[in-house]
Amino acid sequence: MALLEIRHVSRRFGDLKAVDDVCLSIEAGEFFTLVGPSGCGKTTLLRLIAGFEEPDTGELLLDGQTLAGVLPEQRPVHTVFQSYALFPHMTVAENIAFPLQMAGRSPDEIRHRLQDALDLVHLADKARQLPHQLSGGQKQRVALARGLINKPRLLLLDEPLAALDAKLREQITAELIALQREVGITFIFVTHSQQEALAVSHRIAVMNAGHIEQVDAPEQVYGYPRNRFVADFIGTVNLLPVEVREAGNDRLRLLVAGVGEIVSMPAAARTGERGAFAVRPEQLDIIADGERPRLDNQFKGTVQDHLYLGDVTIYKIALPNGAVLEAMRANAAPGRARFLERGEPVQVGWRRQAGVYLRD
Amino acid sequence: MTESQPSNRPRDPAQTRRAPLTRWLVSLPPTLFLLTFFLAPALLMVGASLQQPGDFGGLVPALENGRLTLSLDTYRFFFSDWIYAEIFLRSFLVAAATTLLCLLLAYPLAWLIARSHRRHRDLLVLLVLLPFASNFLIRIYAWIILLGPFDLLYTPWAVITGMVYVHLPFMILPLYTNLEQHDPALLEAAQDLGAGAATRFWRITLPLSLPGIWSGSALVFIPVLGMFAIPELLGGTRDILIGNLIKEQFLDNRDWPLGSTLSLLLTVGVLLLAGLAARAARPWRGGTA
Ligand SMILES: Nc1ncnc2c1ncn2[C@@H]1O[C@H](COP(=O)(O)OP(=O)(O)OP(=O)(O)O)[C@@H](O)[C@H]1O
Ligand SMILES: [Mg+2]
Repeated sequence: MALLEIRHVSRRFGDLKAVDDVCLSIEAGEFFTLVGPSGCGKTTLLRLIAGFEEPDTGELLLDGQTLAGVLPEQRPVHTVFQSYALFPHMTVAENIAFPLQMAGRSPDEIRHRLQDALDLVHLADKARQLPHQLSGGQKQRVALARGLINKPRLLLLDEPLAALDAKLREQITAELIALQREVGITFIFVTHSQQEALAVSHRIAVMNAGHIEQVDAPEQVYGYPRNRFVADFIGTVNLLPVEVREAGNDRLRLLVAGVGEIVSMPAAARTGERGAFAVRPEQLDIIADGERPRLDNQFKGTVQDHLYLGDVTIYKIALPNGAVLEAMRANAAPGRARFLERGEPVQVGWRRQAGVYLRD
Repeated sequence: MTESQPSNRPRDPAQTRRAPLTRWLVSLPPTLFLLTFFLAPALLMVGASLQQPGDFGGLVPALENGRLTLSLDTYRFFFSDWIYAEIFLRSFLVAAATTLLCLLLAYPLAWLIARSHRRHRDLLVLLVLLPFASNFLIRIYAWIILLGPFDLLYTPWAVITGMVYVHLPFMILPLYTNLEQHDPALLEAAQDLGAGAATRFWRITLPLSLPGIWSGSALVFIPVLGMFAIPELLGGTRDILIGNLIKEQFLDNRDWPLGSTLSLLLTVGVLLLAGLAARAARPWRGGTA
């Protein structure tokens, strides 16, 4: 049985469907991530789980028990808020111990578990400070420890890293993964950042305008996005409008107007229908002009622009029909920003296993 | 455990760095104001308390016929008669009772206003202030009419009722200002972590509103101590407070030195109390997470 079962849950605010017929089931011990653009309903979904909102329709079950009418303080679900919401008049230790006091634990037990929690988030030396004396990362860790200490069945994290700089984010992301493994609590993690989502999750749910577009393991979501929205939202993707020429059992032939034919792996498609072909920049190879074709798909183009990012350089390659593909190349040779100049004629290609066909 | 490393000194948002000259210029007008209208009169009072009363009010000059007329008579007088200490004590009790009652009445009201829809709040605050639109004495006389039928007139209860009535807005406003600024996310966090409604109030709302409670209490307690009109109009002859006593010295008995002494002792008492209160309020000082 799943730990949390979300069944056809909807929540409206006036005319706006903030959460629209969402179905999810989350397993115990899972690190589950919700991603989606701003305003797509991630926070509202978490608030439904925490009990600050009741669904208009649908039902939530925790361990098979309905959550309808169960107040937030009675749910074994804790939240790490985006704003941290640390109690400003309590010290770090008092903040973290708060859930234990609410649960009526003995002073002895509180002392022990507080020490453990402080050690877990490396804040033992800050125990007696007030929240306003802490840095952003430290506050974040206090909020995390406070959410974890009473071992909730489910910990909801609403963009807890949003306020941190990139370096700290990376560090805390790593800490978060280790922590989740260590304590074995189920996490539902909300983030804007698809990179963070890919890095931390067992499974990712991509949300858009209140509904769920796709739920899958990170590599599935990235490698086999189910539709344009997911392909575009997770990572960078080249989208080419195509028409299906042949939907065979062993291959798919797609026509790109003014460029040529793409051969791809078989997929659900009907001959004659229109759709899009999605291929990632790192799946593209750049081949010198004039070299003989050696890839399943290979087209002529010109280098339009390049963008040096340190580890990689992104080349923008214009196809004859005007479409522009982004291709990524690792920079193995130090001190060199690019190996192609603007205006240079090249060929761009990929293997048939790369890329996916997306129906409209 | 090192409690305060240099890199982690408390950051006080109110203490931005300013050039010394700017700070000096900015603080000059209030300093002058305080010197002129607070320190100077206070010093005059100290002087007056040591002088002799004139026959028809006023003061005998400190130097008369080449003889220094200063003495500690008034202080000796104050401490030689229990009645004065009793009046002081009674005044502080009335002030304390008034403050407490105001707090109990004002807190729920301020909380409700702070919780009401943003659009209605200003109107509700205006309603709290509305009584100030009519004359103070008229409002007190109204209480004479209201209390008359209940046999409460000219009792300590009438005095406290009047005091509470007049000072209630001074408790509501600071409390409201404080409560309105509370971050609702804190209550949600507390609830999320298992706190029921009562616990949320005792552990979050109340401690966070302490600054509002302190300033409201000061705004009620101190004026009540100096109030003479209400005890005079609503109280019996035995309900007089320090305010009446001081007023009597200046206007009826023409004993300015004793009046000055009483005022000074009152000021000292209030300052002592304020110091104690500040000390009690120290554990939590400002700062939001
Ligand atoms: N209490 C409310 N009343 C009215 N509308 C609301 C309320 N809460 C949320 N909404 C609306 O519901 C939609 C979803 O909001 P939500 O906060 O869930 O988005 P989100 O995905 O968390 O966005 P973000 O990534 O910016 O935090 C938004 O359009 C928002 O304006
Ligand atoms: Mg949100």
